Amino acid sequence: MSGNPYVHRPTASPQAAAEWTQRQILMTNLRTVAGRAYPRVRGLAREKSWLFFEILLPFLTTSAFVFVYRALQAPPEYVGFVVLGGAMTAFWLNVIWMMASQLWWEKSQGNLELYFAAPMDIVAVLLGMAVGGMVMSSSRAAVVLVVATVVYGVTFAVDQWLLLLAVFFLTLTALYGLGMVLASLFLMWGREAYHLTQFLQEPVYFVSGLNFPVGRLGMLGALAIALLPLAVGLDAMRQLAFADAAYPVGTPPPEVEALILVVMTVVFLSLARWMLRTLERLARREGRLTIRWQ
Amino acid sequence: MSATAPLAIETHALRRVYRAKPNDVVALDGIDLEVAPGEFFGLLGPNGAGKTTLIKILTTLLLPTTGEARIFGFDVVHQTKQIRRIMNMVAGGEQSGYGILEVREQLWMFSQFYGLGSRDGWRRVDELIDAVGLDEQRRQKVSTLSTGQRQKMNFARGLLNDPWIFFLDEPTLGLDVSAARAVRELILSWKAAVPGRTVLLTSHYMAEVDELCERIAIVDHGRVLAIGSPAELKHRVQRESIFRLELDRLDGGTASLARLPGVVAASAAASDEGNGQGDRQSVSVNLVLEDDAALGGVVGALGGLGAQILALRKSEPTLEDVFVELVGRGFDDAPDASRDETPPQGRAANPQPRREDEPAEEELV
Repeated sequence: MSGNPYVHRPTASPQAAAEWTQRQILMTNLRTVAGRAYPRVRGLAREKSWLFFEILLPFLTTSAFVFVYRALQAPPEYVGFVVLGGAMTAFWLNVIWMMASQLWWEKSQGNLELYFAAPMDIVAVLLGMAVGGMVMSSSRAAVVLVVATVVYGVTFAVDQWLLLLAVFFLTLTALYGLGMVLASLFLMWGREAYHLTQFLQEPVYFVSGLNFPVGRLGMLGALAIALLPLAVGLDAMRQLAFADAAYPVGTPPPEVEALILVVMTVVFLSLARWMLRTLERLARREGRLTIRWQ
Repeated sequence: MSATAPLAIETHALRRVYRAKPNDVVALDGIDLEVAPGEFFGLLGPNGAGKTTLIKILTTLLLPTTGEARIFGFDVVHQTKQIRRIMNMVAGGEQSGYGILEVREQLWMFSQFYGLGSRDGWRRVDELIDAVGLDEQRRQKVSTLSTGQRQKMNFARGLLNDPWIFFLDEPTLGLDVSAARAVRELILSWKAAVPGRTVLLTSHYMAEVDELCERIAIVDHGRVLAIGSPAELKHRVQRESIFRLELDRLDGGTASLARLPGVVAASAAASDEGNGQGDRQSVSVNLVLEDDAALGGVVGALGGLGAQILALRKSEPTLEDVFVELVGRGFDDAPDASRDETPPQGRAANPQPRREDEPAEEELV
C-alpha cells in the first residue's frame, strides 16, 4: 500500500502487470465465483418479495396436486412425490430465469461488457451465478419442503442418506451445468431469450414429472431421464426418500441414475466451457457483446 | 518506461464493418493511430464517427474486420487476457452492477473479478470510495445514487485494478458542471500518480477534450481526419489574428477601423456591459487582422479617433472551428447521428428499444 489511493499494487511496467502466474489466474477465478455469488446471497435478505412469489405460489400449485391425489385416493407416497417435486421447482425456475437468460439481462444492463473486459474466465462468472443461485433456491426449496411436509403430513423413509445427499448435489451440479449451456446459447440469441425461457418452462415441468413419477410417461419419461437433470435427479430422490413405497417401475435404480447425473455434470460443464469460449469469439466478431438490443 | 517500450495504443489499417440490411455499415475505415505511453489522447467526433467502435476493439470486446491493433504491444485479437489485466474502462451513463447492493459491496464484487483478495478488496474499495468523494454513500444502495454519484462509483470501479490504460467513453455524459469537473479532476489525479499511465478519451464535449488531452484525433465516418495537439490543430485553421476590443467610444463606427492598414474586418460585437461595470457605456468590436503585427497600428490609430481601450483579448479558434474546417459541418449537424452503433450505456437520447409486450424489467441479481 503506497498511501496514494490511485496506486494500489504498483507494477514496473504494463508488460510485468500483464503476465500472471497460474496461481494468480486460479485465485482470480475462485474469487470471481465468490464475488458473483455475493449479490444473490445478499439478495436473499434484501428482497423479501421472494417469500410470496417463490414460496407461497409454488406451495399453492403443490397443494392443488395433493388435493387431486387425495381425491383420487392415490397411494399416500404420491403426496410426498408432489411435495418433493414442488421443492425442486425452485431450482428449475432459478436455472432458466437466473442462469439461462441472465447473460442477456446482464448485457442489457451493461454488465456483460465489464465481465468480458475483466481478466477472469467468464465460466467463473457463471459458476458464481450458479453458486449464488443454489444458495438462493435451496432456501426456497427448504421452506416449501418443510411447510408442505408439516401441513400434509408427509412421511419419508430413507435407507441410504448418503446416496440421497449425493443425488441431490449431483442433480444441482448437472442442472446448473445445463443452465450454463443455455446461458451461452442465450448469449447469442439475445432478446429472444425471454421467449425461449417461457417456452422451456412448462414442457420441462411436464416431462420431468415434477408432480407425478416420470416413469408414467413411458418412452418420453425415459428420454427425459437421459437428457434432463431434473427428471433423473427427482426420480432418484423419490426412490431414495420413499424407500418403503411401491414405486412405479420403468425407471433405472437410483445408483444408475446417480451415474447418469455424474455423466450429465461432466458433459454439461465441459460443453458450457467450450460453448462459452466459442460463442465469445463469435460474439466478438458479430458485435453481440456490445450491441445492447441484439 | 524505456525508450524502446511498445506504444500504449497502436493501430494499423483498422477496419470494422457491421453486417446490416440493406447495406453493410463501415464503422471504421482504415484507422492508423499511435499513442505513446503516458499520453492523454482524445478522440473527437460526432455520433457515428466510429469512436465507440474503436474503443470496443481496443478493449477486446469487438474484433476488427481487418487490420491490427495492439495495446502496450499485446494484440487485441489473440492476447485478450493480457490486455484485460492492464486496462479498464468507464462509459458515460453507465448503469452497471446491481441496484440491490450497497456501493461498497458492488465495488467489492468487481474487485474480486480482478483477483484482489477478499480483505484486500474491502480495503481497496474503502480507499477508492474516499478518493472519489463517496464516503457518505458508502452504505447506500446503488439504485438510490444520483447520476453524478453513480459515475464516481463507476470511476472507483475502473480504478480497482490499477490499470495502465484507461478507456473513457464520454465519461461526463449527462453530468452537471460540478460533477463533470470532479470527474475530470479524478482522471487527472489518477494519471499523475504513475508515469506511463495512458488515457484514451472519447467525447462530444470539445472544451473537455481541449482541457484534458495532450493530443487529439478528429474522426468522422470511421476515418481519422487530423491528429495533433489542440494547439496544433487550432493553428491549422487560424490564418488570421482575431481580437476583441472593448472601447469607451468609437467615433465613426467600425467602418473607421476597417479602413486601417492590416485590418481585414471589423464588426460590432455584443457588449460585455453589466458585469460589475455599473452603467458605464462601452463599445465592443471584433477585429480580424492580417497578423498580430497589425495590432500596433490599430492601437495607435484608436488614440487618433479619440477612443480609449478598456479591454483587449485575442480570440483563439476552438476545436469546433477545427472540426468544421475539416468536416465541412458542425458537430450538431451530423447527417447520420443515429448510426452510432454502440452507444454508451444508458444514453438517454438512444434508449434501449423494448417491445410493447415485454414486461418492465425488474432487477435480476
